[in-house]
Amino acid sequence: MADLEPLYQAFRQIGEDPGLILTPDTAHVVAYGHERLSQQSIPGVRVEAHADAKGVHARIVVEEDCIIAQPVHLCFGLFERFGVQNVDLDVLLEDNAQATFWSHCLFMFPDQARHAMDARIELSRDARLAYNEVHYHGLSGGIEVVPRARVKVGEGAHFRADFSLVQGLVGRLDVDYDVEVGADATAELTSKIYGHAADRIDLCERVHLNGAGARGLVKSRVAVEDEARARIVGATYGNAAGVRGHVDCLEIVRGNATASAVPEVKVTHPQAKVTHEAAIGAVDERQLEALMARGLAPEDAVDRIILGMLG
Amino acid sequence: MPALLEASNLTLDVGARRVLENISLSVATGELHALLGANGAGKSSLAYALMGCAAYQSVGGRIVFDGEDITALPLHERARRGLTLAWQEPARFEGLSVADYLSIGGKAEPADCLRQVGLAAEDYLHRALDKTLSGGERKRIELAGVLALQPRLAILDEPTAGIDFLSQDEITRVIGALRKQGAVLLITHQEALAAGADRASQLCGGRIVSQGEPAAVIENFKARRCRRCDGKTCRG
Repeated sequence: MADLEPLYQAFRQIGEDPGLILTPDTAHVVAYGHERLSQQSIPGVRVEAHADAKGVHARIVVEEDCIIAQPVHLCFGLFERFGVQNVDLDVLLEDNAQATFWSHCLFMFPDQARHAMDARIELSRDARLAYNEVHYHGLSGGIEVVPRARVKVGEGAHFRADFSLVQGLVGRLDVDYDVEVGADATAELTSKIYGHAADRIDLCERVHLNGAGARGLVKSRVAVEDEARARIVGATYGNAAGVRGHVDCLEIVRGNATASAVPEVKVTHPQAKVTHEAAIGAVDERQLEALMARGLAPEDAVDRIILGMLG
Repeated sequence: MPALLEASNLTLDVGARRVLENISLSVATGELHALLGANGAGKSSLAYALMGCAAYQSVGGRIVFDGEDITALPLHERARRGLTLAWQEPARFEGLSVADYLSIGGKAEPADCLRQVGLAAEDYLHRALDKTLSGGERKRIELAGVLALQPRLAILDEPTAGIDFLSQDEITRVIGALRKQGAVLLITHQEALAAGADRASQLCGGRIVSQGEPAAVIENFKARRCRRCDGKTCRG
């Protein structure tokens, strides 16, 4: 196994204990830049990964009927100030498989760096996947991160994705997730992002409820301050009988930051129902005054509200 | 007994509308002062003005708390001096637990405060203070939050509204606990609660129309004896 000490240092810097993450009994892929540092399969999880000049390529299969107790770990990033990382990822959960993935994307000191992810995720019948993606982009803001994911959620399957970028600066973030949900299947997407300084955030998540009885939730929680900009698109399309979808977008704006929210709902079947709610603006005055009535200064109360929302 | 809180000739505009005019009232340490009035009389507006809420800054008069003029102080500075408010419709928060909320500025043990409002700590401390709580649960937690602060003056804005099972005895015990530490200004529609006060004031149309012994004020309120509206609006 390659020297993982720089990675361990990166984990410690974001408050994670690497000893609890990359244990010998966890399936994982670790790649920095275009170098694969480590990979590991375990019973029930096949991991194949390699790297070349174009990027890192990984395929992970969770086998039929396997319930994986320990989370599968994906660690990507750059240790250097300059560089590019392209990741090409395939994930397949076979019938009735269950797993939790933790994806850490760590860019500690980027001055001029780029990370692009092209992921294809497929859940077969009655599979369950919780995909948690945590980003840390350092304090310089000199990074561009462009994740793309195409997800297919098969009949009766359950897909839950949580994206979090709340520490450090964002830099330039351009997320595009597209999820197709089959019959009686569920997809829940939650994104939490805190933008500062000159950060630029584009978040686009689309859920297509294509199978009868499918369920979908697109939830975004974004706070921006200073000169940061955010544009959030949460879209849900009801295309079959009995489907239910909801888009829930909440954005808090401070200082000279600006934000826009575009909840898009479309129904093409008479028995489908999709709803949306969006709130955008300053911190809720009632929440603010409730905390101030407990003695918190306004700036501390605002921090508490934002960190609670993004927590 | 010297006044802990003294509002003198308080006048408040919200937008273009005058909602309080020349309000004068005082609350002494250890006292329970009840504030009665029909919907729209200005009771909650007075509470917000005393507390220093941003949209309720008085345009006239002054507020003195423990000998200090706090008229120009912001809300959190008033809170730090021992003034607080149990909101009629308490705010809800994503990502904040009941334990977190009770700990902010809290001096008393959160579990003990929950118990005083009829909630078991093991069932509630870990709960999120969001829309998964019923209105009644949230109101009880708000009262527990005020108990945790051990304020010198607690303003309770309709503490029993929306709570099905908080009995008269329970709310009386909460008020009793708050009075041990300081004083209470109680906004209520419930004449029985007001009857237990040391003094009472009746508001109508943003003015105090009756003030003094609770029995007399309640009688005025019930009988619609009001020098301002002649009983037309006092009872809603």
